Order: sequence, then structure tokens, then C-alpha cells
Amino acid sequence: MTLTLTPLWEVFIRPRNGLNHKHVGSLHAADSELAMQAARDVYTRREEGNSIWVVASSEIVASDPDKAGENFEPAADKVYRHPSFYDIPDDVGHM
Amino acid sequence: MYSQGLTGEQSELEETPEFLAAFQARIDREEKIEPNDPMPAAYRKTLIRQIGQHAHSEIVGMLPEGNWITRAPNLRRKAALLAKVQDEGGHGLYLYAAAETLGVSREQMTEELLCGKAKYSSIFNYPTPTWADIGLIGWLVDGAAIMNQVPLCRCSYGPYSRAMIRVCKEESFHQRQGYEIVRTLAEGSAEQKEMAQDALNRWWWPSLMMFGPSDSDSVNSDQSMKWKIKRFTNDELRQKFVDATVVQAEKIGLTIPDPDLKWNEEREHYDFGAIDWEEFWRVVKGGGPMNRDRIAARKKAWDEGAWVREAALAHARKRLEREAAAKEAAE
Repeated sequence: MTLTLTPLWEVFIRPRNGLNHKHVGSLHAADSELAMQAARDVYTRREEGNSIWVVASSEIVASDPDKAGENFEPAADKVYRHPSFYDIPDDVGHM
Repeated sequence: MYSQGLTGEQSELEETPEFLAAFQARIDREEKIEPNDPMPAAYRKTLIRQIGQHAHSEIVGMLPEGNWITRAPNLRRKAALLAKVQDEGGHGLYLYAAAETLGVSREQMTEELLCGKAKYSSIFNYPTPTWADIGLIGWLVDGAAIMNQVPLCRCSYGPYSRAMIRVCKEESFHQRQGYEIVRTLAEGSAEQKEMAQDALNRWWWPSLMMFGPSDSDSVNSDQSMKWKIKRFTNDELRQKFVDATVVQAEKIGLTIPDPDLKWNEEREHYDFGAIDWEEFWRVVKGGGPMNRDRIAARKKAWDEGAWVREAALAHARKRLEREAAAKEAAE
């Protein structure tokens, strides 16, 4: 791995226990330790969270937006994926 | 805010009339445009220019206020000013990151600022000789910035809009701390009140210029409105700012330095005097009182920080090499 420009990192923060880490932005840092320190300074100045993840942007694999249509095609023709597709007698109660 | 890591190669895109119409239709449906989406080259270019200028303004904007951190009149003011200047640095970073998603590098943007190719807000080319200037910057300059930035939260480009939402959340304390400084001076001794009035006299017109040229002279405005990068014209925002600020000045007994300023019953807005556009263009083109100082200070910071960036990278490289060697030895 060659390192000539200061790499980019993606920052994820968990606002509080019980919630997912959420992407909040990115920053440049030479290594993971400096990225963590910078993330703390840049993204948590106002009690935004209690846990930080930093991930090297180059490590992220993203889906191709040009294929969004076929990848995320609505499941409108797959009605059997929804509970209302199945016929259950009313008197069995909530299921 | 995404990463350039997630930004695809800019493929050769043929901008057929069908493509442009489909893009405009997405904008008209209020769909956000994300980094990897196909977009007209001019849309990309406009955003790189605008977000870059905005980022530079945040960073250069730290200088006039930084001038007073060591001389703030008490600890409360000092802590607030430090926090505000730190916020501005953060805002610059969010914005640089947003611009980078369009395929421009951080290093490239920094170079363009230092060589004078990229612009930043002309307001930061005015000096801050007194403590009252710090109050005026918070009240008027941040006030004008908020007027500009709130509609940018709805900008059609996703990363810019998300950066603006973060910035706006943090910005309102800035204006309030500034107004409190001015109010304290205005309600103080005769000398203090005079200091506040003098600062208002110096900052008023440059603040109005922050909204940019009049709509009739603004080259980028029409297309930016159509692409929903901008939601209001320069003149509309300027008028909003004047309307909001007059009452704030009255409340603390200061006089806005414009003899033509008066309420227009018919328009339900304040009328105000003519802006000296010659001064505006002179300052934009480098002839303001502090242009040379500002760029010299940025250049000094960049040059003197070079060894830190290089050392951090050398350390990171060494660590990666050691990790690779250890892994190889273990195999």
C-alpha cells in the first residue's frame, strides 16, 4: 500500500446505547489512531454520541448506483412476501 | 458527506437533451442528487466552486476572530470564542468533505486557495481592531451566513445539504454570542457604546455585500436556482437580513449607518441605500485591507504544518510495513 496523500476515513457515531452507529461524515487522517482523535474533535463536540467507528473509505464496497433499478426493484409482484396474502379464518384471532 | 472512496470514476457522459431533461426532472421532483449519480458537468463544476468557496470562507473566517482569543475580556467570553472558532474549523472540514465527493481533492482545493485562484467570502478581508468587532462578526456576519445557509439545507446535492444541516445546528450559538457582546457594550459606558457603534458602522455595508451581487448582475444565479442549489436569490436573502436586523439594532440603541433606511408600508420591507459595488469587487479581487494578510497566514500555517503531515504519514507507512512483515512471518 502506498501512502502519498493523507487518506480519507468514514466516521460512524452511536448517539446512545441501544441505537445503531450511523454515518455522520468523513475526514482525512494519516492512520486509524489520528482518525479516531479527529473524529472525536470534529463530530462529537455537542454530545452527539458515546461510541465512534472510523473506517478507511478505501475499504468500503458500495453498490453500483447504475444498477439501483434492478438491485432494489420494488417487490410489488411478490405479494406472497406480505402477511395479508395468506387466508386465515377471522375467528382464529390475531396472527 | 460521503467519501471519494465511494465516488465512481467520472465516466464520459454524453449530455444529450434527453439526459439533461431527465436530470432536470429529478431536480423538479425534489430528488436529492448523490455523489455517484450521473450529473451534468456544469452542475458538478458549479458545486465544486460554491462548496469550495464556502469551505475556504469557514477556514479563513477563523483568522479575524482568532485575533482576539488571547485578548478576550474575561474567561466566559474567551471560552465561547474558542468554541466558536473551533466550530468554524469543523464547518470547513464538513464542507471540504462534501466538495471532495465531486472528485476534487483536498490538496487541490488548498492549493487553489493559496495561489489566489479560489475565492472566499470578501467579508473576511476586513480587520478586527477592537473587541466590538468580535461581537459584530457574530451578530452580523454569522447572521448573514445563517440567512444564506438555512435554505442551503434543502440544496439538491445530498452531501452539501447534509453538511449544511450540521452547520446550521451549530451556527445559532455564534450569532447569539455575538449579539450578547454587542449588547453588553451598547449598554455599558459611553466609550463602550461608541466602540459598538463604530464597529456597526464598519461592518454594516460589508455584511450586506456578503449576499453577493444584485440579481441583475449575478451570473450564476439563474441556473443555480433552476438546479435548486440556491432557493432564494441574492437580493431576496439580503432583504430578509435587513428586515431581521433593523429591530435587533433598535433594541440595543444602535443606529444602522444608512440614512435611506426606512420601512416601506407598501412593500412591507425596509428600503435601504445603494451598496457600493465598486468596493465589493475591489475586495473580491484582492484589494481589501486584509486580503494579503489572510492568504499569508493560511500559507504560513500550511507550510509550517508540512512536517507534521509528512511525519504522520511516514509513521503510518512504517506501521503498515511492520504489520505486513509480521503477517508474512506468521504465515
